[in-house]
Amino acid sequence: MGLDFSAIPPFYGTLAIGVLWTIAITVVAALLSFFGGILLAMIALHGPQLVKQPFRFVSWLFMGTPLLLQLFLIYFGLVQIGIDLPAFVAGVIGLGLHYAVYNSELIQTAIVAVDRGQMEAARTLGLSRGQALVRVVVPQAVRDVIPPIGNNMIALLKDSALVSAIGVTELTLSAQLAIGRTYRAFEFYAVAALLYYIINLGMEAVLRRIERRARLSR
Amino acid sequence: MTKPPFVEIRHAQKSYGSLEVLKDISLTVERGQIVAIIGPSGSGKSTLLRAINDLDPLSSGEVWLDGVQVNEALPHRQYEKHINDMRQQVGMVFQHFNLFPHLTVRQNVTMAPKLLKKISDKEADALAEEQLDHVGMLERIDYYPSQLSGGQKQRVAIARALAMKPKLMLFDEATSALDPELVEEVNQVMKKLAEEHMTMIIVTHEMDFAASVCDRVIFMDKGVVVEEGPPDLVFRNPTQERTRNFLRKHLEGAK
Ligand SMILES: Nc1ncnc2c1ncn2[C@@H]1O[C@H](COP(=O)(O)OP(=O)(O)O)[C@@H](O)[C@H]1O
Ligand SMILES: [Mg+2]
Repeated sequence: MGLDFSAIPPFYGTLAIGVLWTIAITVVAALLSFFGGILLAMIALHGPQLVKQPFRFVSWLFMGTPLLLQLFLIYFGLVQIGIDLPAFVAGVIGLGLHYAVYNSELIQTAIVAVDRGQMEAARTLGLSRGQALVRVVVPQAVRDVIPPIGNNMIALLKDSALVSAIGVTELTLSAQLAIGRTYRAFEFYAVAALLYYIINLGMEAVLRRIERRARLSR
Repeated sequence: MTKPPFVEIRHAQKSYGSLEVLKDISLTVERGQIVAIIGPSGSGKSTLLRAINDLDPLSSGEVWLDGVQVNEALPHRQYEKHINDMRQQVGMVFQHFNLFPHLTVRQNVTMAPKLLKKISDKEADALAEEQLDHVGMLERIDYYPSQLSGGQKQRVAIARALAMKPKLMLFDEATSALDPELVEEVNQVMKKLAEEHMTMIIVTHEMDFAASVCDRVIFMDKGVVVEEGPPDLVFRNPTQERTRNFLRKHLEGAK
């Protein structure tokens, strides 16, 4: 049987919903990974000793094990201890925390690299250490790693496909559902790939705008 | 009892490991006085200046400002609050400006007053305009630091410090990093502050500027105050051999 793209139009709605879920998961998880990454970096560098070690262990867990396994653990595993999360929430938490750990590594390096004259100038004005970090050092650190964080966000978009495994009908699962009904695997996977590519382009455009703004404030 | 000096440093001693950088320095500055600290590189000028707001804590000795001990031994939390209060009263200007590059000129000036004095946005804008006008930088109020020349950056840094309405201003080689043609605009601002009777302690390599602006000159070498007095005396008739050597070398270097 040859290729037949006429199987696709009846599933426009299914695919559109898939695209929307993929965008929703990606945006929410990206925000979680960004702000979570900042918080994790500040705790790792300046937090109390008591919380530093557990955090380091959790970071290691998120970086050293497969994301798919983490999603299973959060969605299927936590139920056993009474935490029953909707699949979307479990997916966002898994993806978000996973990438928060990666972002945190980037941000930590950047915080350490901010000229110490910046902290000194802020302290000289009377800011506390915490105020100086939040107002002066961290914004500059984050600004300096916007491009690699952007790369992480693109990777996050692609990894959002893994969330299909816990039943969120995002783009990949939507394509699979359509294939289950039509047996047109090539056509639907190709269309899904094209749609990922388009979302990717949109994301890159947004990231480029953010980078341009950040460059001005150097 | 007589009134205590405005700024008093008592037996300041500071070591980095086995290197003794400040050796039992005592000095006072009266309100409204302008004091220059000169001396060869590595003699401890910055360390002394930075001890005044406890940016580089002393190993031993005391720093007093307006009747309050800056480096009072307090439990950590109390000390943090105390030192933040003290630092609000002391403006500091650095050789490399240390402007906040991610903030506009306006935000550089208003950040600390907004955060620490809880002034409104409107008051903050008025304050920024007033302080930037004072240093001739009002036109660049919405620029980023990266869009300014060195001299302009330093003038903004001075405005940022003045926006906290400090009692005392510290300058650590404020013009050393500037191209020669940009030095004068910063010196003009400092002269203006002198005319307004701001108390200032100025670490500088510019002997002409020190001579024309300062009430008193302190010559430091190897962690001690070798000589101090009015500029006329220290520059024209130094009593110490080390001062004479330094000034001679400096004059040769300037040629
Ligand atoms: N953080 C530090 N650690 C070790 N040595 C230092 C430190 N800061 C300054 N020093 C040393 O202290 C001495 C005085 O430095 P400084 O006060 O900067 O001198 P100046 O400002 O007169 O050039 C120098 O020998 C310098 O190398
Ligand atoms: Mg110095």
